[in-house]
Amino acid sequence: MNVLVCVKRVPATAGQITLTPDAQEIDTRYLGFTISPHEECAVEEAVRMIEAHGGSSTVLTLGPEAAVDQLRDAMALGIERAILLETDGREWDPVATAAAIVEAIEAERAAGRSYDLVMFGNESADSAGYQVGVRVADALDLPCVTGIKALKISDGRVTVRRQTESGWETAEALLPAVLTVKEGLNLPRYPSLPGRLKAKKKEIERIAPQWQDGGLEKIRLKLPVQAEHTVEILGKNGDAGAQLVAVFQRLRLL
Amino acid sequence: MVLAFIEHVDGAPTMLSLEVLTMAGRLARDLGVPLDAVAIGPKGAAASGILTSYQVATLHLADDLRLAEYAPAAWAHTIAELADRVNPKVVIGTASDRGGEVMAHVAARMTLPLAANCTQIAAGDPFIVTRQRWGGSLLEEAHLRGAVKLLTVAPHALTAEASPNRTEVATHSLAPALEDKDFRVRLVPQAGADSGKISLAQARVVIGGGRGVGSAEGFATLEELADLLGGAVGCSRVVTSLGWRPHSDQVGQTGTRIAPDLYIACGISGAIQHMVGCRAAKHILAINTDPNAPIVAQADYAVIGDVQKVLSAVNAEIRRAKSGHERMVTEAPTA
Repeated sequence: MNVLVCVKRVPATAGQITLTPDAQEIDTRYLGFTISPHEECAVEEAVRMIEAHGGSSTVLTLGPEAAVDQLRDAMALGIERAILLETDGREWDPVATAAAIVEAIEAERAAGRSYDLVMFGNESADSAGYQVGVRVADALDLPCVTGIKALKISDGRVTVRRQTESGWETAEALLPAVLTVKEGLNLPRYPSLPGRLKAKKKEIERIAPQWQDGGLEKIRLKLPVQAEHTVEILGKNGDAGAQLVAVFQRLRLL
Repeated sequence: MVLAFIEHVDGAPTMLSLEVLTMAGRLARDLGVPLDAVAIGPKGAAASGILTSYQVATLHLADDLRLAEYAPAAWAHTIAELADRVNPKVVIGTASDRGGEVMAHVAARMTLPLAANCTQIAAGDPFIVTRQRWGGSLLEEAHLRGAVKLLTVAPHALTAEASPNRTEVATHSLAPALEDKDFRVRLVPQAGADSGKISLAQARVVIGGGRGVGSAEGFATLEELADLLGGAVGCSRVVTSLGWRPHSDQVGQTGTRIAPDLYIACGISGAIQHMVGCRAAKHILAINTDPNAPIVAQADYAVIGDVQKVLSAVNAEIRRAKSGHERMVTEAPTA
C-alpha cells in the first residue's frame, strides 16, 4: 500500500492575529509554523496504515524552502519520503496548487510510483479553500471522499465515517482514492527523539513547479470588525442561579 | 442568470440555503439578471412554495432516483451540465460540508476558480469577494475571475430575508446524463446511526465546557443542564486533547460550527479558534473565574465564578422552578 499525504505550512496562530503593514500576510515575526491541523491527522493516519498494511508513505508540500521543516516533522513521525514543490513564497490559489500536485503525482507515476491513497486535510487552516483534494481527484480521475473522521481499509476498499448536521454517515469507495480528513480522525503522536534525528538526515526531493494564474487572486487581508457590545454581569458563583434562570426564561429556553 | 444550488430536506430548503438565496437575489439584482435555483433529489419540487418569497424565476429539479442518495460527484455533474446549458453568470451554493463539497466538484468539472466561504460579493469584472480564512478570524478580499463565477457563502454571513412580494416559480425537470463513475463514492445505509440526542449543529442551546470544568467527570453538571434545557453539550479543543470528551463534541475552527439561540461557555477562555465555532450563536453566556478572560468580553452575559458552583446552583434552581410549575399544573384542577 502506497500513501501520499499532502500538507501545508501554516502559521501557528493560537494568539491574536496581526497583519503585515501591506495587509498581504499574517505577521509571523512572533509565531511558529506548523502543519495545518487536519493534515497532522492525515500524516498520523498514513503512518498507522503503513504500520498495519505495509507499503510506503510519502509527504508532499507546496511552499517555500522553509516548508522543509514541516516535511521533516512528518518524517520524524514515521513518513519515509518527502517532496517539496518549491515556490518563491507567494501564495498559490487552489487551482494552481492542485495543478502542481497533479503534475507531481503524474511524474511519480511515470517513474513507477503509484499511490493507492492520496490524503489531504479537509481544508487548510489558513486559506480554507475546501477544494484542492477534490480538484486533484478530478484531474486524476479518482473517487474522492471528504470530511472524514474515521476510516478503515480492507479488500481494496476504504470505508469512512463523516459527521453530518444530524449525526453520522458512512461512505465507501474503491482504491485508489483521494481522501480529505478532519481533525478527530485520530490523536496524532509526538515525534520521538530518534525519529527527529533520523528525519534530519533524510533527503528532501525537490520539484520547481510552474506558477500559473488560477483565477482567485488575493487583494488584501483584513481583520473582522468586532461589534461593540456590553456584557451584563449576572453575579458571582452560586448567587447567580436565579438570574440565570431569568435569562433562560427571557430567551424562551425554559 | 444567477443559479443558486439549494440543499433541502424533503423539499424544505435548509436555513443556509435560504441565506444563499438572499445573497444570490442581491447579486441577480446588481447584475440585472433573473435568479434560478437547482434542487437535487426527490421532493425537491416542494421547495417551490418557499422559493416564491425569494424571487426565484425557475426551479430546476433533478429527481432522478439515482440522485436520491447523496453522491457529490453525481450532484456536481448535474449542476455543471445545467450550467453548460443555461450559461449562468454565477453559480452559488452554501459552504456547508455538502454544499462546499459539491461546489468543489462543480469547479473541478468546469475548470473554473471557486471562492469558498464568501461573506460579501461585489459583482463587477472581475468580482471582488470577501471570504473567510482561518475559520473566519481573518478575512480576505480577492479578485474572482472565470467565465462563470463560482462561489460558496459562509454560514450565517447574512440573515435570510424572505420578500413579502411573492412571485411565480416555474419548474423545469433535469435529466442529467450520469455516468457510473459519478457514483464511485457510495453512502452505506446505517442501522441505528441516529443516537436520538440533539446534535450540536441543531441544538437551540449548547453548553460548552473548557479546561475550567476540571475533569471528564465534571461534565456531569453540564450534561444535567443540557437535559434540563433540552440542549447539547460541546467542548473546547483543549478538552478533546485532554481526552475528557470525544472530538465530535468539539466546537471551533476544526470542530463543529454552532448557531444556537444561547451558547453557555463554561470555563472556556475564548481562544480565537474556539470563538469562530460559536460566533453564530445569538447570545453567549460565559461562566468563568477570570473576569478578564477573552470570552467574558465577547459574551452578552457573564457569571464570574467556578463552573461547578454556578451550575450546581442553576440546575437546582431550574429543578425547583420546574417542580413548582408541575405542582401548579397538578394542583390546578382543584384550585
